[in-house]
Amino acid sequence: MSTSGSTMNGSEIFFECLRREGVDTIFGYPGGALLKVYETLYDVTDIRHILVRHEQGAAHMAEGYARATGRPGVVLVTSGPGATNTVTGITNAYMDSSPMVVFTGQVPSTMIGNDAFQEADIVGITRPITKHNFLVKDVKELATTIRKAFYLATNGRPGPVLVDLPKDVMNSECVFNWPESVEIRGFKPTIEPHENQVRKAAKIIAKAKRPLLYIGGGVISAEASEALRKLAIEQNIPVTMTLQGLGAFPGDHPLSMGMLGMHGTFWANQAVNNCDLLIAIGARFDDRVTGKTDTFATHAFKIHNDIDPTNIDKNVKVDLPVVGDSLKFIEGIIDNLPKTKTDRSEWLGEIEAWRHQCPLTYSVDENSLKTEFVIEEVSRQTEGNAVVTTDVGQHQMWTTQYYKFRQPRSILSSGGLGTMGYGLPAAIGATIGSTARPNVLFCGDGGFMMNIQELVTAAYYKLPLKIFLLNNHFLGMVRQWQELFHQEKYSFTDLADSNPDFVRVVEAFGCKARKATNPEEARAAIQEALAYNDGPFFVEFQVIKKDMVFPMVPAGASISEMLLDRLNPKTMV
Amino acid sequence: MKHTISVLVENKFGTLNRVAAMFSARGFNLESISIGETEDQEISRMTIITRGDDRIIGQILKQLNRLVDTIKVTDLTHQPHISRELLVISLKLSKSSQHEIFELINVFKGKVVDIKQKSITIEVVGTPDKINTTIDMFRPFGIKEIARSGTVAMHRGDQ
Repeated sequence: MSTSGSTMNGSEIFFECLRREGVDTIFGYPGGALLKVYETLYDVTDIRHILVRHEQGAAHMAEGYARATGRPGVVLVTSGPGATNTVTGITNAYMDSSPMVVFTGQVPSTMIGNDAFQEADIVGITRPITKHNFLVKDVKELATTIRKAFYLATNGRPGPVLVDLPKDVMNSECVFNWPESVEIRGFKPTIEPHENQVRKAAKIIAKAKRPLLYIGGGVISAEASEALRKLAIEQNIPVTMTLQGLGAFPGDHPLSMGMLGMHGTFWANQAVNNCDLLIAIGARFDDRVTGKTDTFATHAFKIHNDIDPTNIDKNVKVDLPVVGDSLKFIEGIIDNLPKTKTDRSEWLGEIEAWRHQCPLTYSVDENSLKTEFVIEEVSRQTEGNAVVTTDVGQHQMWTTQYYKFRQPRSILSSGGLGTMGYGLPAAIGATIGSTARPNVLFCGDGGFMMNIQELVTAAYYKLPLKIFLLNNHFLGMVRQWQELFHQEKYSFTDLADSNPDFVRVVEAFGCKARKATNPEEARAAIQEALAYNDGPFFVEFQVIKKDMVFPMVPAGASISEMLLDRLNPKTMV
Repeated sequence: MKHTISVLVENKFGTLNRVAAMFSARGFNLESISIGETEDQEISRMTIITRGDDRIIGQILKQLNRLVDTIKVTDLTHQPHISRELLVISLKLSKSSQHEIFELINVFKGKVVDIKQKSITIEVVGTPDKINTTIDMFRPFGIKEIARSGTVAMHRGDQ
C-alpha cells in the first residue's frame, strides 16, 4: 500500500483509494476518457477487473455483487455512451437500495460543455437516480471524493453514487492524502432508533392478539435476519415478506407466510387485512404490496421502522413511526418485551385455515413442463440454499412462490424498477462475489435476450452459474395482462417465430447447454447443472405458453380481492 | 396551504438543480425559489414557496433533508418570520397620471430607479402580499414590465 504523502497521478490515487476501501473487484469497460486509468490498471494485481461486454451489464453485475456479498459494487466505464449505458443499472440500484459506486470517465475538464467527442453530462443525467453524485474538478479532491462516495453508498439507506472523472484530472499529479474520516454535514442518517418509540412499540407488540410482521429488504441490508428470527419465533408472530425481503426469515418455517401483495399468497394478504397490528420493518409500502392503499390493513395499528424517513407516511399513514437501523430496532424491541407472552394460537389457526383454503398449486403432466415445477424442483435440489437471481416477469413471481428461501441474501431480483435484462448480469455479479453457495439464475426468453452478450463474461471467467431459461416463447406477464384485461389482444408478445435456437446460441458463447421438455428431463438437467462447476451451465426448459401466475391482485384493487384462477376471473375472493 | 421553507445548502454547482429537480420528479408544487450566499461563503440560503396539505409538506421537508447537499431545512410558515420580496416595475408615464403615481410610490414606500419622458421604473420591497397589492394598484396606469425576485425569508428573534 502506498503511503500518504507521496506524489501520485490521478489514476494511481484512484486505485490506491479503491484498495483502502477494501475493493477487490471492479466491473468495467475501457474507453478513450479512461486510457490513463486502464494504463495504470494494467499493472494492478490486487484488484480484479471483470471485463463486461456492455456497460449496462457492468452496472447490473456490480449490483448483483453488492446484494450477494453486502459489499458495495464498483463500476468503471468511459465517458459519453459508456456512462449513459449504465443509467438503467444505476436506476435499478437506486430503486432497490443497493450500495454501488460508479466511476465514469469524462472529457478533459477544459472541454466540458463544448459538446466534445464522447461527452455526456452524466452528473446531470444521473442526479435523480443516484443517492448523490460528484464531478471531480481537481486531482487534489479525488481521494476525499472517493472516500465520500463509498461512505454515502454504504451508510444510511444504501444506494448508488456516481463519480465523474475528467481525463486531465486522472493525468495530473498531487501529493496523495488519505482522509481517515469523512465529514458530510448534510448527511447524518438516524441510525439509533428513538428509545421511547421503541419502548412504545414493544408494549404494543406484547399485547397484540393478531400481529403480523411485514418485512422488506431493509432487514437484509441491516443484517437483521437473525434478530428477526428470534423476535418472530419467541413471540409467535407470523412473518410475510416483500420481494426484496424474502430470505430474511426462513421460507420453510411454519411462521413464514411467503410474499404479500399482487402475487403474494392468499393467506399473507388475508392476514394483512385481518391483523390488529402490522409491524413494517425495512419496507416501503410499495404499490405492488399494498394494492389500493385505502383498504390496506385498515384494522391494524401500524408500526413502521425504516432507515429512510421519507418512507414514513409516503404511501400509507402509520401510527407509530420509528426511524433508524432495523437491526437496532428489532434488538430494541426484543430487549423491551416482557417475559409473559400473549397467546396467539387462535390467530395462527386462522392463518392456517386460509393457507388450506387457497394453497399454491399447479398440476404436473408428465408430457409437458410448467415453470412452477422447475422452480420447485430447483428449490428441492438446492434445499433452499442457493443464491437465486431472477429476471422480470412470470418466472420472477413464481420464484417468490415456489422457491423456499432459507437464508438472507438469497434472492436477487429487480423489484422497484422491474428491469428486464437484469437477471443474467446480476447473477454473474453474484457468482463473482461468492461461490460458497450454488448460484442459480431463472430467466424468461424475453429478458434473456436483453443482456445476452454477458454470456461471454460468464464463459470467459468460467463462472459456475446455473442459467435456467424458462422459455414459453412469450412475454408471459404481458401476455397474462393482455388475456385478463385487454381482450386477448396479444399485441407483440408472441416471440415464437422470432426466438433463436437458444441452445445453439449459448453453445456458441462457449457454455454447456441442455434442453428439457418434460418433468423427467427437467429433473435430470437440474441435477447435471448443479453438479457442474467448470463454467456456466445452461438449461432451456420448454414450458407451456399459456400458464398464468395466480393468485393475483389486479392493479389498483384491494389486496383482499384476489384472482385465484383464470377459469373464473370474475370470481374474486 | 402555502408554506415558506428556508433551506441552508452547500454553495456548490448543481445544488439548485438538485432541489428543483426533486420538486419536479416528485410532482411537488414550486411557487418560487430564490437563492443567495449567506454569511458563510460555503453555504447558501434557499427560500422556497410551495403549497400542499400536511402529508405533502411533510414529504417535501423530508425529501429536502434527504438531499446530501442540504444542511438544514426549516418550515417557517408557523414560526415568527420575516419574508420579503423585491419588485421592479416599469409603468407608462403621462402628465395626467404622474401625480397619482408619485402618491402611490409614497404609500408603498417605493423608490424611483429610472425615469424617462414616457416611462418610470420603480422598486418596491415588501411582503409578497404587499407586492401583489402594489402591482394591482399600479395596473391602471399601464404596466410595461415586471420583475419579481421571489421571496426571501428568515426567522425572527434569537435562535
